[in-house]
Amino acid sequence: MSKYREACASGKFVVSGEIGPPKGTDVEAMVHHIDLLKDLVDGLNVTDNQSAVMRLGSMAVSHEIVTRGGDAIYQVTCRDRNRLAIQNDLLSAHFLGIRNVLALTGDHVSVGDHKDAKEVYDFESVQLIQAIKRMNEGFDWAGNELQGATDFFIGAVVTPESDPIEPQKLKFEKKVAAGAQFFQTQAVYDMDNFQRFMEYARGVTEGKDVKIMAGLVVLTSVGMAKYMNKFVPGVFVPDDLLEEMASVPKEEALHKGMEICARHIRFCRDNKVCDGVHIMAIGKEEIVPDILRMAEII
Amino acid sequence: MIISMQKPLEEILESLAGETNVYIVGCGECATVTQTGGEEQVAEMKARLEEAGKKVVATDVAHAACHELDMKRIFRQNKDAATAADAFLVLSCGAGAQSVREGTSKHVVPGTNSLFVGNVKRQMVFEEKCSLCGECLLDEYGTICPVTRCAKGILNGPCGGTNNGKCEVDSEKDCAWVLIYNQLKSEEKLDKFMTIHGPKRWNAVQRPGRIDGRAADEEKGAA
Repeated sequence: MSKYREACASGKFVVSGEIGPPKGTDVEAMVHHIDLLKDLVDGLNVTDNQSAVMRLGSMAVSHEIVTRGGDAIYQVTCRDRNRLAIQNDLLSAHFLGIRNVLALTGDHVSVGDHKDAKEVYDFESVQLIQAIKRMNEGFDWAGNELQGATDFFIGAVVTPESDPIEPQKLKFEKKVAAGAQFFQTQAVYDMDNFQRFMEYARGVTEGKDVKIMAGLVVLTSVGMAKYMNKFVPGVFVPDDLLEEMASVPKEEALHKGMEICARHIRFCRDNKVCDGVHIMAIGKEEIVPDILRMAEII
Repeated sequence: MIISMQKPLEEILESLAGETNVYIVGCGECATVTQTGGEEQVAEMKARLEEAGKKVVATDVAHAACHELDMKRIFRQNKDAATAADAFLVLSCGAGAQSVREGTSKHVVPGTNSLFVGNVKRQMVFEEKCSLCGECLLDEYGTICPVTRCAKGILNGPCGGTNNGKCEVDSEKDCAWVLIYNQLKSEEKLDKFMTIHGPKRWNAVQRPGRIDGRAADEEKGAA
């Protein structure tokens, strides 16, 4: 069983971080981040051409994490590959020792750096969850028997602040029905809203072994917080946090953002709001150990 | 309706470089509605080409430029002009241009870009609602096509990019999934929303598509 899956099964408060592969062959900073975090968290997500920007692949980096003794959560999007390529990649990832998969539809190419590329979406997230489940059961999507089944821990995402929320909730329910075993949410900042969402989500997953981790993106400045509110769909930073970020001088903003993140981790853990957190520091992974200390995770 | 847009004149002139005698073909159907290849636009193009030093040997607005037999008939009727022409400029969709291709062995220049199959919202306002996918799923989705109207064409609900009911790809466009949700809810058919749909059968029609309905007609005739 993978370390991340084991952590989820143990009932402990699960913590994951995130690694963004670089655009190019210089992996020094990335490898440093992996080594810094791999033993402090239960798993490290590896993004797949994040924001539709072409980068080093998530499979190769996930493999590197596993090789270095950490555990990887291999992100797979449906934007760049058809059903043959995705299943091929999943078998390849399994061969390389990767056991956790986060199934995503993937950002549209129009938000990325290859805007004229043909987006694929042959599968989308719900179908990808189903496909991984079938592979775990020993069959490919076409119904052919696999020579050896996969053993993936199947993850998915949900956007608790989606506007409107009702269709998003139904999609979440479909992902649960399709076989998602863990969820990492889109970034949440309003803990009251998130608690309400979790009450609903617990109702949906009742009787099922489904873990839900709050997605926490560290605020680095009040400008970044405002930008997220304005331009990132499904992310809502409430006014009191904007004020809190604005209350300190610029050079202390990052530390304030870390404090807020640590506070939210403690809130989720101490109130048993959810089963864990997924911390995204987006290129500033070196601050994650301090956040974990501030939250008394380590 | 096939929605097209005229190519810039410079691009057309570049394609016609070294050729003097031009035969312009328009279309009485879609390209007339989109004002890219109707009578008026063909006359305008004639004037612009002449201004650029070309000789327009003939203009014809076919009833429907995609009808290959009609196109051949038109060129037979205008044999002298068709023979004199160095090139044919087609102000129709790509289907129309290739219909002209069947009627002549000379240089055929497409004068438009074909954009999508569009509904006419009002004069000169067009929206894509069907992408001719070969297997209609509309009844599953409140007759709002996610294959076409969702930027990702996904089949099981909205992605995370819904933004105040709009699409993150283009804030002018409604999120198809919000429309589908609202429609199914108003019909009290949200159970349809909860159905998990498998991926599309992209080869429901083998591309390039071809249907030969004659055998079926003959059978009907015999019965």
